[in-house]
Amino acid sequence: MSHQDADPLHLFPQSRKPGEILFATITMLIALVLLAAVPWQTTWLPGKGFASQPRFWPALSLCGVVLFGFLNVLSRARVARTPGRWQEAIAWVRSLEFIGWYMLYVAAIPIIGYLFATISFCVGLALRVGYRGRTVLIAGLFGLCVVLFFKTAMNVKIPAGAIYHYAPEGMRYILLRFF
Amino acid sequence: MTTLLSSIDLLARWDVLVALLVGSIGGVLVGAMPGVGAAVAIAIVLPLTFSLDPLVGLTALLGIYGSSAYGSAIPAILINTPGTPVSALTTYDGYPMTKRGEARRALCLAYGSSFFGAMFAIVALMLMAPVLAKIAPMFGAREIFLAACLGIMLVVITHRGQALAAAILACLGIFLQTIGIEPTAYTQRFTFGQPWLQSGVDLIVVVLGLFAIGQALVLLMSKDTKTEMPQVTKIGFMDQMREMWIFRRVVTVASGFGVICGMIPGVGEFMAQFLSYSYAQRTSKTPELFGKGNPEGVVVSEAANNAVPPAAMIPLLALGIPGEELTAMMLAVFYVHNVIPGPQLFAEHLDFIYALYISLFLLNILVVMFLFYSTKPLMLVMRIPGRFLGIVILTFSLIGVYTLRNSLNDVAIASAFGVFGFILKRLDLPTSPVILGLVLGKLMEDRLRTAMARVRDPLDFIDRPIAFILFMMIVLAVGTQIWTLTKGRGDAETKGPSDG
Repeated sequence: MSHQDADPLHLFPQSRKPGEILFATITMLIALVLLAAVPWQTTWLPGKGFASQPRFWPALSLCGVVLFGFLNVLSRARVARTPGRWQEAIAWVRSLEFIGWYMLYVAAIPIIGYLFATISFCVGLALRVGYRGRTVLIAGLFGLCVVLFFKTAMNVKIPAGAIYHYAPEGMRYILLRFF
Repeated sequence: MTTLLSSIDLLARWDVLVALLVGSIGGVLVGAMPGVGAAVAIAIVLPLTFSLDPLVGLTALLGIYGSSAYGSAIPAILINTPGTPVSALTTYDGYPMTKRGEARRALCLAYGSSFFGAMFAIVALMLMAPVLAKIAPMFGAREIFLAACLGIMLVVITHRGQALAAAILACLGIFLQTIGIEPTAYTQRFTFGQPWLQSGVDLIVVVLGLFAIGQALVLLMSKDTKTEMPQVTKIGFMDQMREMWIFRRVVTVASGFGVICGMIPGVGEFMAQFLSYSYAQRTSKTPELFGKGNPEGVVVSEAANNAVPPAAMIPLLALGIPGEELTAMMLAVFYVHNVIPGPQLFAEHLDFIYALYISLFLLNILVVMFLFYSTKPLMLVMRIPGRFLGIVILTFSLIGVYTLRNSLNDVAIASAFGVFGFILKRLDLPTSPVILGLVLGKLMEDRLRTAMARVRDPLDFIDRPIAFILFMMIVLAVGTQIWTLTKGRGDAETKGPSDG
């Protein structure tokens, strides 16, 4: 038996991954809730054709999500499942921790400034994912380079930190303008 | 000839050439980093190009788009890890060649066939441009609506084994574009009384979330692996071409498949590779060696891959219909600069179109020259740990998403799409239907409204030749899918229960 006979091209995956049905069900339920909200979240204009109705496309697309979601759950349920549905769901939830760090980084920029926020974010995240020593230093240097390139050299629009206003007279302008 | 000279004049600027150089070298670099790829890079760079001249911005993005597949072949061949998913098939024969001590030859074949595929597509398109300029004005609202419908259908159908999931995601994309104040009667749709939802869901925010933040989360939550690098000596241009020339028949056919699949919205690299690989295997003298290090496998995969990007520009430029997520992102640059791709652009600004093709031509030459000297340094790029790349992507993505409007809401929406993209990647589900649904959904809504105003009878909708052909293609696509599903089920029942 050739390699291809035993292991056909992996371009089109056929197996069912853990959490697939869970994801499809959640998507379908959200779509059902949104579909139920169609009457008061969209408008029906009397005397206009279907194509001109503001309600037409949201309703059609949500019906599509529900219909295909239902068919998908039915068809995937026939495929033998790989165990680990809830471990997979936990991994999805765990990703929110990094989103939390990211949001904190963004929220900190107008307060402590882009320079300090970026270096802290890079170093903090490097430590969080388990790097120590030289890699943490490289992460900090990377953060510095990002600021120097985007804010200092390219003057990308990012708000200045409130903390900069407390800097000495000579430093204040440089910090507000370039960092 | 005047058009060609005018297009050369458009390109003869230092900022365009710098953009081309940065884009093409940057594309090779991101392509060579497993876990980054063109989609992530374009998503990050996209908002930065808005402040540039349209040709400069598009040239930079084209550079990344057109050259990332070159870089992607390097880790696919050397460490059995494709830089981007489009090189997955290259690992089948490229890595076994490396294990046999033929890494240099596999790279020569990959570079040579990539170059041939791209050049084949560019030449084909330049020859076709005048014809397209004549055909494009025949596309009215109903034809564009039907072509967009066909694009959505094909995106769904070509995800074999995942067609229903792709359909859900495409519908979700169509729904997302309806959020906000709609532009004709100015009524609100799914804003839930929130002012920040009135302007709708921004394409850039979704793209950055799905591609950049989603991929960063995948990398941050994975484990770093140490990779052993094989020895590779310097690769010259003649070596690349000489190796590739041996397989000129299959390379030409694969490039042809690449052009055809690239031109059809929603089809793209995977189908081109699949068709080319199947053809090469069927016609090969040594079909049993496919998957075990057959050089033909490497050349067809890479030629088909690289012929797609130039061809994918056709539906984008001629009809304003992006065929996949990368061209959908480029469409955003056009809109920001009020350059509306479509029949008028082809008819009135053929020099602009030629300029884009010439820049594609130049970037391929630049990339091949760059690869003469850079294969060894590029191998260093592959050593960057995945989690570190996650930090890099997340830091860069802020620049794209926050500088749009300095809005924390945008960051929150991008983060939500990041988690969504992360889940899709974990489940091996495609992300492109969401983006295409988002872009084509808007187009379909606008064009259907315009078209229906002039239609009295439903049959009027397809009473023009192109509209009728497109309608028949949709019927054929749906019919083929239903037939395939029915046949598949019939076969499964004949063979007994499947273990999936």
